[in-house]
Amino acid sequence: MAITSRGFTGRRSAADVKLPPGQYLTTDFPVLSAGPTPHVPLDQWEFTIDDGSNVLRRWNWKSFRELPTENVTVDLHCVTRWSKLGTHWEGVSLDTLFANVLTDAEYALAHSYGDYSTNLPLTDLLDKQAWIAFRFDDDDLAPEHGGPARLLVPHLYLWKSAKWVRGITLMHDDKPGFWEMLGYHNYGDPWREQRYWGD
Amino acid sequence: MWRVGTVAALHDETATARTITLEVPDWPGHIAGQHVDVRVTASDGYSAVRSYSIASAPNPEKHVELTIERLPDGEVSPYLTQEVATSDRLELRGPIGGWFVWRPQQSEPIQLIAGGSGIVPLMAMIRARVSAGSSAPFRLLYSVREPGAVFYRDELQSLSDQDRSLILTYAYTRAAPEGWARPPGRIDAALVANTTWPSKLVPTCYVCGPTPFVESAAGFLSACGNSPEKIKTERFGPTGGKK
Repeated sequence: MAITSRGFTGRRSAADVKLPPGQYLTTDFPVLSAGPTPHVPLDQWEFTIDDGSNVLRRWNWKSFRELPTENVTVDLHCVTRWSKLGTHWEGVSLDTLFANVLTDAEYALAHSYGDYSTNLPLTDLLDKQAWIAFRFDDDDLAPEHGGPARLLVPHLYLWKSAKWVRGITLMHDDKPGFWEMLGYHNYGDPWREQRYWGD
Repeated sequence: MWRVGTVAALHDETATARTITLEVPDWPGHIAGQHVDVRVTASDGYSAVRSYSIASAPNPEKHVELTIERLPDGEVSPYLTQEVATSDRLELRGPIGGWFVWRPQQSEPIQLIAGGSGIVPLMAMIRARVSAGSSAPFRLLYSVREPGAVFYRDELQSLSDQDRSLILTYAYTRAAPEGWARPPGRIDAALVANTTWPSKLVPTCYVCGPTPFVESAAGFLSACGNSPEKIKTERFGPTGGKK
């Protein structure tokens, strides 16, 4: 039971805006990163899918951009409590990237230029739920927001949408990523408010 | 788990920033650099939560100090900096965060770079260094708008007067004190190169401030030869860019 804060009135969002618990609406696009922004030249960029020992698929920028793309409009929810609704992205669906990958792995670790990583169940990457996005609001994705390309998994808190993504490692056993080792929830469902360990 | 803190003291750092000292009987302790979530609740049950960096060093009294900058359009910061009075109770959750932290076991040189209210978690590190009796060499490059916007000025001055391995550099972006050698302006590559530890000493760097500030400061540190894994950043606020 919350204690009442004497003299606090607060601002409510419009009644027709449904946000996950504990979130507030922003129209900005704040940035949260643990280190300097990596700047990855397109001629050196690559994206791979591996199983921990072997690379199963590999794309350079050119072959990646020859894949069919999708335009999606999604809501973003950051664990630092801001939500941004109706954001427009263009990207390649993970269903496309995994089309010919045969695996019985249940978990995935997305890893990034700059050594960031985040883990999630493989099922959360498939079935029209995740993209490798390279355009935001009709512009190339800015480096501070994860460009040239970032993972986009909008149904989980935004730290799962790894910026500067360079590959996905398939795993039979779950393994925590960067923030997941540092106190943040292993799964991160905003609608169940899974922010921190123990939530 | 939400803990209840009682406001024990209030102190204005600047015209727009106030330090709230909370007594939190069940506080489990924290590491310098961590933050808390603060929850305020209106009489009809509506509540809002914001994250604030802890300014105080870990201490046996279970006091938690937060320094909060008032945002003109903020929902929570005007309340916390203007309405809250001593003996009011606030709910908090934490401590949170295990990356942007300094532990007393770290003996390597430490480079702190603060932009505006980004000083708060870095001040916790400076205070933790003092209270732990650490002799790790610390440098702080502190960029502020004008002299009146400096937080903790007297304490920083007195700490650095007493200890030659705590070196302070101020950089003013809008208005500098009279006779100040460097004209007001944003930090630049030359300033960072000249006032931070040489990269050959392999300092751990902590940069905190608004996003564009952190982007440029971290870039200058990299350009001086510091490797990315030695540069820890914490950003706040909107990007300042077009989106």
